[in-house]
Amino acid sequence: MAVTSIGARVVRKEDHRFITGKGQYTDDINRPGQAHAVFVRSPHAAATIRRIDTSAARSMPGVVAILTGEDLAADKIGGLICGWMIHSKDGSPMKAGAHPALAHGKVRYVGDHVAVVIAETVLQAKDAAEAVVVDYAVEKPVVDVASALAKGAPAVHAEAPDNRVFSWHLGDKAATDAAFAKARHVTALDIVNNRLIPNAMEPRAAVGDYDSGNDAFTLYTTSQNPHVARLVLSAFIGVAPEHKLRVIAPDVGGGFGSKIFIYAEETVCVWAAKKVGRPVKWTSDRTEAFLSDAHGRDHVTRAEMALDENGRILALRVNTKANLGAYLSTFASSVPTYLYAPLLSGQYDIPAIYAEVDGVYTHTAPVDAYRGAGRPEATFVVERLVEVAAREIGMDPARFRARNYIRKFPHQTPVIMAYDAGDYDASLKKALELADYKGFGRRKREAARRGKLRGIGFSSYIEACGIAPSAAVGSLGAGVGLWESAEVRVNPIGTVEVLTGSHSHGQGHETTFAQLVSDRLGIPIENVSIVHGDTDKVQMGMGTYGSRSGAVGMSAIAKALDKVIAKGKKVAAHVLEAAEGDIEFKDGKFSVAGTDRSAGFGDIALQAYIAHKFNGQELEPGLKEGAFYDPTNFTFPAGVHICELEVDPQTGDVTIEKWTAVDDFGVIINPLIVEGQVHGGIAQGVGQALHEGAVYDPATGQLVTASYMDYRMPRAEDLPSFVVDTTVTPCPSNPLGIKGCGEAGAIAAPAAVVNALTNAVGHEDVPMPATPQAMWRACRKAAQPLAAE
Amino acid sequence: MYAFEFHRPTSLRQAASLLGKAEDGRLLAGGQSLLPMMKLRLASPGTVIDLGAVPGMTGIERKGRSLVIGAMTRHAEVETSPVVKEAIPALAHLVSVLGDPAVRNRGTIGGSLANNDPSADYPAACLALGATIVTNQRRIAADDFFQGVFTTALEEGEIIVKVVFPIPSRAGYEKFRHPASRFALAGVFVARRGGEIRVAVTGAGDSGVFRWHEAEEALKGRFAPKSLDGLTPSTEGMNSDIHADAAYRAHLVGVMARRAVERALRR
Amino acid sequence: MTTVTLTVNGQSVTQAIDPRTLLVQLLRENLRLTGTHVGCDTSQCGACVVHVNGVSVKSCTMLAAQCEGASVTTIEGIAQGGQLHPMQEAFREHHGLQCGYCTPGMIMSAIDIVNRKGTALDEETVRHELEGNICRCTGYHNIVKAVIAGAEAMAGGMRQAAE
Repeated sequence: MAVTSIGARVVRKEDHRFITGKGQYTDDINRPGQAHAVFVRSPHAAATIRRIDTSAARSMPGVVAILTGEDLAADKIGGLICGWMIHSKDGSPMKAGAHPALAHGKVRYVGDHVAVVIAETVLQAKDAAEAVVVDYAVEKPVVDVASALAKGAPAVHAEAPDNRVFSWHLGDKAATDAAFAKARHVTALDIVNNRLIPNAMEPRAAVGDYDSGNDAFTLYTTSQNPHVARLVLSAFIGVAPEHKLRVIAPDVGGGFGSKIFIYAEETVCVWAAKKVGRPVKWTSDRTEAFLSDAHGRDHVTRAEMALDENGRILALRVNTKANLGAYLSTFASSVPTYLYAPLLSGQYDIPAIYAEVDGVYTHTAPVDAYRGAGRPEATFVVERLVEVAAREIGMDPARFRARNYIRKFPHQTPVIMAYDAGDYDASLKKALELADYKGFGRRKREAARRGKLRGIGFSSYIEACGIAPSAAVGSLGAGVGLWESAEVRVNPIGTVEVLTGSHSHGQGHETTFAQLVSDRLGIPIENVSIVHGDTDKVQMGMGTYGSRSGAVGMSAIAKALDKVIAKGKKVAAHVLEAAEGDIEFKDGKFSVAGTDRSAGFGDIALQAYIAHKFNGQELEPGLKEGAFYDPTNFTFPAGVHICELEVDPQTGDVTIEKWTAVDDFGVIINPLIVEGQVHGGIAQGVGQALHEGAVYDPATGQLVTASYMDYRMPRAEDLPSFVVDTTVTPCPSNPLGIKGCGEAGAIAAPAAVVNALTNAVGHEDVPMPATPQAMWRACRKAAQPLAAE
Repeated sequence: MYAFEFHRPTSLRQAASLLGKAEDGRLLAGGQSLLPMMKLRLASPGTVIDLGAVPGMTGIERKGRSLVIGAMTRHAEVETSPVVKEAIPALAHLVSVLGDPAVRNRGTIGGSLANNDPSADYPAACLALGATIVTNQRRIAADDFFQGVFTTALEEGEIIVKVVFPIPSRAGYEKFRHPASRFALAGVFVARRGGEIRVAVTGAGDSGVFRWHEAEEALKGRFAPKSLDGLTPSTEGMNSDIHADAAYRAHLVGVMARRAVERALRR
Repeated sequence: MTTVTLTVNGQSVTQAIDPRTLLVQLLRENLRLTGTHVGCDTSQCGACVVHVNGVSVKSCTMLAAQCEGASVTTIEGIAQGGQLHPMQEAFREHHGLQCGYCTPGMIMSAIDIVNRKGTALDEETVRHELEGNICRCTGYHNIVKAVIAGAEAMAGGMRQAAE
């Protein structure tokens, strides 16, 4: 039998259905009698709706209903919510405008939902949607933070007249300013963290179904957290009470954050299902996905780093303007604040840090968490500053980093976080060796002979994962706790179902979670099923994001397993006629200490259910245990990524020659899956650095990059095979020692790429994405002084 | 997609007659451009006439000093054809960087030329090689065929049947791909046949494929990359968008032209 | 409406369809073969790749009506007699998939690559040939590994068949 314990490279259990075409994604689900929804979307970035005329559309073939914001309001369906309260410096709460699922009076970005057409077929619904006549009074939009904050700029929402949702800060301003005042050297950078569009390959979809007999709703949806979707849809939006709403997130084709949020479309599908008395299905096409999925990043930052005469970092000062789009998406406010500024210490011992962040409304799609969420932006600021500072003071960037590394744990940073464990030198050392850093000079000269500019860049990143201790996030404004739940159901024959509140949409939980169970209970992995993604099966859960499912979700399972084993010992004591305290459990066997009497896990499970050997009044029959696990701290995965690349100065084309990643994720359950997570993260980070950027036309607010014809996705040819390795310092803050790995690559990669590009061209003026055109210009800029000589 | 009438004629005559009769009829060859346009509702033909069942429109053969390719010949067939590789290897190379394998399995040379996308690859080859486009009605020289963005000399009811390429002594194609769409941001096909040198540029110009006469003149002195050193077309008439402004596009044309000559000399 | 008759995974199928029906819609909606996916509107992502008459095709960019008389193979049709295709096996063995959405198209394209380029593939070739398939999860690393390994395994299968 193959080894399936913790740490083994177990091939994924879930793969069989995916490689045979038997996955069940939301769009694969059809309900009897279903009708199809198509949304009428705003073609304007900013406009007042004077009138919606649906008369012509209503009479078109196949049309079942056309619903607008007025119908929603009449049914008292509430608006979409943002679940994290941020208070400004002055103590005032953030200024959030209403976010109706179908526009009411105003549209605020291209793609905003104006009405929904429900028809017998998608084509009929599309035809009718085109026939809906909307009379718009078009207004001038603002699409970037600078113009939104300019004097006299049009207000996106009346609630925030200057478009500032909040003016927030973190850290000690006085101490930071004092440190800058005595600095020997100050490195300053203006940084734009480019706006990204998540682009999970499966577009969002929803099927709303209403059972009038039981007055109960079912929503099939592409969600990373179906329980949170149910909570928000019932408690806040008011579509149905919780016990009458079942949310099922079946196989989900990638999320990367974009499927955390509760969107207008699924809200409308559930509501409309009752309204029209038929199941209502909506599937996004890619263009709609570009327009209406929550985008990521989009920061404009001024960052400064103060150094002393020995190359030690004294302080960091950061001012960021974060574009939040036209409405506050579900977790939008937390991303540029508590998921960002607390990471500004990086891996470095920095005595003083002060960060100011303005959240800004614009006439663009809502911006929310995208793989890494705040932490890539923080890492980019820190790692660019560190690299440039090292260059400016003439110190090797690797040495400069090592000089400033934190070496004593736990370490309290000046920005909330208490790092629990890490060994940053170990990752750096290993990465330098794997990357053959010493040989770089030779490779650079060789490249120069071929007319290529070769560069190397580091990113010594840290992230806060395992999100998160409920009380801690509650004190920071979160509307929910961020624990996770698990229920372990042992069947009478000893097979096991684990119900988890985590959701797998590519992460491989059906394998890694089963490994934990197999390991702990000593049963074959085939005998374990992981159940997730259905609110009727799993009681409650917080879902998957923030690299939390290993550290938090599996810890909940571990806790439940402990209870199962404890209960099993009680049963075994009766079966084996021994004192409970003498029962040991190891390798799937309950045994009496110091004797040869034992019973297998399956036998004890059976005994627990037939309940012949014990008194049911003293010991409850059955073997099923649940647990909620609330983490005691964030976890702090960290590592070093090194990017080596070449630039063709003639065309600006960039080739990544080598990628070295050494990550410390604590204990690893399945290296095969962890490596896969790292690979994918790097690709997305490289995408941000070189290829991807959402562009809105500043005059019209049109999304210029609204398809793969204009938004460049990383392709196989754009990437090399990666050198991926790990170091291990177990995480002391959870029972499994896991830190989390899902976002590391995306967090680390952009800075490594840009540091390599700037190293190659010899100056710091390289934007993201560093497209061929941008790099051609950067190469010309580098060449100019030479030409003048 | 909007509704349309669908026909699948089994002869060229039938196809032409359907096309003549149809109001707003479009021929469907490989469909790799037309169908996406129809899906996005940017094209809305009332009648679609599928050429897939019309016999005699495919095939590759060498006829004396010419290479003849049937209009419905798929890109993949051109890419892998030993006849093409022998006669005009630059053409096989061009097809190998056109679209992706699945697109090449469907897309056709006739469809590509009739569509005349300003960033398509084939128009550059036709123009540089001095190809003749043969229709059901007449023969059209490449110089006369391409008449601007998505515009050709094809008349109503006219159907491309085959393309005749004179075989050059040297030819090369280099393209710098559009970062996202992978069409040509700047593609340059150079060809020498006897004393004649032709340089055709696709992707860069705002009115579609064009001949870069300055480069042709420069290469007449000596057919070598060096002859083009420092030569860049005027930015006037160059496309400009978020991916490449006119200056960058013009620069790329120069670079691709030099590399195309290098490639032409490599065989 | 128009009628089309074709063979799908070895079975003859006749369907009356709206001419607008794309091959992928015929497969997914009429035949309930939902393994073939739609990931974009512009023929770029490759989630919909199937084989038509033995070669890879983007089924979102072909009308079902164009498939008259054609033989179509989808992801559901490549395992033989309960035995996975070597390329399917290779994707699983090398963790060449995460969310699984692009996977059917990837596997169908991978088999097509082997059919065209042979069973001894190098990384550069595979990366170039995957031009028309986008994956957002894997960074392609393990997909490339899987395709190379799957190609080798197909060579084994072909040798066996030849014996």
